[in-house]
Amino acid sequence: MAGHVLVIEDEPNIIEAIKFILSREGWNVATHSNGEDAVDVVRAKSPDVLILDVMLPGRSGYDILRELRGDAATENLPVLMLTARGQSKDREMAERAGASRFMTKPFSNAEVLEAVRALAPV
Amino acid sequence: MSQQAGNDIPEDLTEKTGGSDKIPLFVERQTYRRRRLVDAARALPVLGILLWLLPLLWAVPETSTRASTGLIYVFAVWLGLPVIAGVLIHAMNRRAQPPHPEDET
Amino acid sequence: MTNLNALAAISILYVLFLFGVAFFAERASRRGRAKWLRAPIIYTLSLSIYCTAWTFYGAVGSAARNGFEYLTIYLGPSLVLIGWWWVLRKLVRIGRVQRITSIADLISSRYGKSNLLGVGVTLLAVIGTTPYIALQLQSVTLSVEVFHHATPGGVEEQSTAFWVAVGLAVFTVIFGTRNLDANERHHGVVMAIAVEAIVKLAALMAVGIFVVWGISGGVSETLARIDASELGQWEVNGGRWAGLMFLSAAAFLCLPRMFQVMVVENDNDQQLRMAAWAFPLYLMLMSLFIVPIAVVGLDVLPAGSNPDLFVLTVPLEYGQNALALLSFLGGFSSATSMVIVAAIALSTMVSNHIVMPIWLRLNENMVSVSGDVRHVVLLSRRLSIAGVLSLGYLYYSQSGGGAALSVIGLVAFTGVAQVLPAMLGGIFWRGATRIGALAGLTVGFVVWLYTLYLPSFGPGAIIPKSFFENGPFGIGWLHPEALFGISGIDPLLHAVIWSLSLNTVAFFVASLASFPSPLERLQGAQFVNIQQGTGGTRSWSHGAAEAEDLMVMAQRILGATDAQALFLREARRQGSETHLPAPTPEFLQILERELAGSVGAATAHAMVGQIVGGMSVSVEDLMAVADETAQMMEYSATLEAQSQELSRTAAQLRAANDKLTRLSVQKDAFLSQISHELRTPMTSIRAFSEILRDGDGITPEEQSKYASIIHDEAIRLTRLLDDLLDLSVLENGQVSLNLGDGLLCDVLDRAEAAALAYDDKRGLEIIRDASKEQVWLNTDTERLSQVFINLISNARKYCDAPQRVLEIRVTKGETLSVDFIDNGSGVATEAQDVIFEKFARVSDQKAGGAGLGLAISRQIVTRLGGAISYLPGEGGAAFRVVLPLDRALAAQ
Repeated sequence: MAGHVLVIEDEPNIIEAIKFILSREGWNVATHSNGEDAVDVVRAKSPDVLILDVMLPGRSGYDILRELRGDAATENLPVLMLTARGQSKDREMAERAGASRFMTKPFSNAEVLEAVRALAPV
Repeated sequence: MSQQAGNDIPEDLTEKTGGSDKIPLFVERQTYRRRRLVDAARALPVLGILLWLLPLLWAVPETSTRASTGLIYVFAVWLGLPVIAGVLIHAMNRRAQPPHPEDET
Repeated sequence: MTNLNALAAISILYVLFLFGVAFFAERASRRGRAKWLRAPIIYTLSLSIYCTAWTFYGAVGSAARNGFEYLTIYLGPSLVLIGWWWVLRKLVRIGRVQRITSIADLISSRYGKSNLLGVGVTLLAVIGTTPYIALQLQSVTLSVEVFHHATPGGVEEQSTAFWVAVGLAVFTVIFGTRNLDANERHHGVVMAIAVEAIVKLAALMAVGIFVVWGISGGVSETLARIDASELGQWEVNGGRWAGLMFLSAAAFLCLPRMFQVMVVENDNDQQLRMAAWAFPLYLMLMSLFIVPIAVVGLDVLPAGSNPDLFVLTVPLEYGQNALALLSFLGGFSSATSMVIVAAIALSTMVSNHIVMPIWLRLNENMVSVSGDVRHVVLLSRRLSIAGVLSLGYLYYSQSGGGAALSVIGLVAFTGVAQVLPAMLGGIFWRGATRIGALAGLTVGFVVWLYTLYLPSFGPGAIIPKSFFENGPFGIGWLHPEALFGISGIDPLLHAVIWSLSLNTVAFFVASLASFPSPLERLQGAQFVNIQQGTGGTRSWSHGAAEAEDLMVMAQRILGATDAQALFLREARRQGSETHLPAPTPEFLQILERELAGSVGAATAHAMVGQIVGGMSVSVEDLMAVADETAQMMEYSATLEAQSQELSRTAAQLRAANDKLTRLSVQKDAFLSQISHELRTPMTSIRAFSEILRDGDGITPEEQSKYASIIHDEAIRLTRLLDDLLDLSVLENGQVSLNLGDGLLCDVLDRAEAAALAYDDKRGLEIIRDASKEQVWLNTDTERLSQVFINLISNARKYCDAPQRVLEIRVTKGETLSVDFIDNGSGVATEAQDVIFEKFARVSDQKAGGAGLGLAISRQIVTRLGGAISYLPGEGGAAFRVVLPLDRALAAQ
């Protein structure tokens, strides 16, 4: 279990929490807090799993995801989407944009861990 | 009378073309007959004018025509034209009767 | 020799008989039992008024003098009737449909109801007919004298003519102006004329038969006798033969009396269809014995006998008094029937086109009284009849009954024939105009007067003799009988050719050059395009083609489905197996009603009428259409106003709906936003509390750090909830302001202290001018300071300058302005509009606020009676709080 996880999230406290949870289980965690250059960061780091927030400064998570899905290199990248808006239409939008998993804040740590484990290629 | 002839041809053309596309096929023959009767009725006065202007040719001095011959000719035409006109009108009246719907099919 | 008194008695008896015929016919007609009166044979016989005394007596005279030329006078009308399909059919239909009352009315009506034309044609008719009436009076007088041997020109002659004129006037007044029928039909008169037609034909044929079989001894002997006589050689003047044939045909159409019986009295097409073949035969029979009588008369009577009276004198010569008496009655019939009809026709024209217009102009205010006008019309007709007959009598007595009258027949023919171009042009050519008709008639009339009518009185009578020698004033080409220097033509032919050709040219050229009025064009279209249907126009029995036409029209107006359903329903109701119902009056009425629902009653009536025939569009119909159109326009204007109001209401509703939708969207967005703002701190709290709970492998530093994160986020949540509640209270207007007096500088001091309380490291320099802040305010100072705290905090949080400076500027004018200007990069232009909205966080930086600060500030300032706005172009972010000074003034 030494997969790379990239967390793109603008709330520093949440970044810290996820980082702690995953690192403790042996994941390599990289973080980024801006939407604008998120795609470049993903390409550069080519993580095994991407955790992506929807509400990002500069660019929406959906938008980023759509671009990733349009690129052959990141077409099949497992993406766990996080959103603070708990409405069903947000879930739909995430699915349409190509999210592998969708999770509403606040989440339980075990849930996040389980999702990352499930998404990570064996 | 000759100057009146030919004046209303457009009007009657419109009558024909206006009628032909509305009148069903099965009366085509009847309509056709009727129109030829009208043609005959139109031609009749022209014939009359020609026949009655013919005596002018006899009036030239070289040919001497007896008065009785002239009179018989003029009156024969005078009898013939109305009779033909009457026959035509009679035929028109008969054909103008509305055809019975059950006869048509 | 028949006693004159016996003659008078027989005449009077005959007249009484005619009175009786007319009376009974009139009564039958009024009782609605007039079907037989409309029989085609009656109509055909009534046309015989063409054969006047001029025919009855004059034809024999003409044959004796000029040979066979007399035939042309009857050949022309025969051709007109045999060619009925060309002109008469149309003319008769127009007359019926347009309710034409006379030839003057036809011309006037066709050319836009021009009364000037009506007057012109009337004058022409009066001038042309008066001598003709005189001729009839003369013939009666002469025929009486044959029996009496009175000296010509004596007192008795004049008195005969006088009493005949009076008698005819009485008859005509009684039967000609009995009623003011809408269609101007005179059943009594027509019936009497039909009887007279039989009498004159019978009389002439009786004389003829007597001459052929009684005197000559058979047909072949008669023919031999003709050949042996001075008429024995077939000699005709070619020009006159053709010219007179044409002239008589033209006159047959244009003579006022012929127009009266042929067009005005016409009731249906069947009448014309019979007359078309039967009347030429009648004319043929009338002409048949003319030559034999003339030949025998020339043979047996002493030289110098008046050939005009051979019809009477030949039987008398052979002692056949009864035959002579019959012949006299025939002549009498010919004369009287012509005079009666001519008087009716002329009186209608004079009354309608001259007397009535003048009377109406003199009594403009009385027109509205309908009964009065009716009475006046009848009176004017009666006076006109008397006037026409007086004119005829005067003409007769003044002209002295000489030879001048015998030539007047053809002169009159030429005169009335001047109407022909305007008439034929009017019914066949839509381009014919009123100006054209006027020009043609005027030119024709003048040329006729100058070349034929005035010269007919003899050289020197009216036109000076010199005109006939060298032309007027020596102008040779204006010679009355050799216009344009073309001489050597027969004077009559010369006049006919020049008057009619110049007439036609003037008519045509003026028509081309002028522009018709709308009414003229309307009438022109009506006349030229008179519907060409077949059969009797008043019956509704027509073929399938007509039902189809109705169907086509109904589909156009009602729509295919509705129309077909209607027709099918009606067909079933009639018990018909086809889809087309018979156009019965009931069905037409139903259809009309259906159509009226769509296009209005008058239009529907007109449309159905157009197809069914019989009742075509009259001017009244068109007026009604126009009225209805006006009403429809008015109605549609109301509808338009209503629909405008409706669309206004709809727009308002749409606006309200849009607003609601917007509010709904805002509400959704707001809820979504709140959800986000609440979930974010809660995520941190949950995550770290779970980490702490699980406990294993956490350093004490981490433990303390995570606990403080949980604490901070809990505070953030609380603040957010406070703000939300605050905003909710402010927005709902439920806030109670705690008004009090305070100095602006105190409020600012407090706000600065509160905002910078936690500003440990960021370092924001605040520039103030205390001298300007000494303003007393009557306001809720707590709330106001909340606004100031927010603005100062924003500068602290969002100003991106390295050395951050916030300047607070106070300006006192009408209102009090407090500006907060920092030295950062400010708010982007596109974001300036939204920063006061809830959750409108424009900065990327994490500032810990929920984005409600400015929204709350705006609510507070608004409550305090002021305004807050963003000031663009100040370098950095700049906000202006405006406060009302009336409250401030009170404190100063």
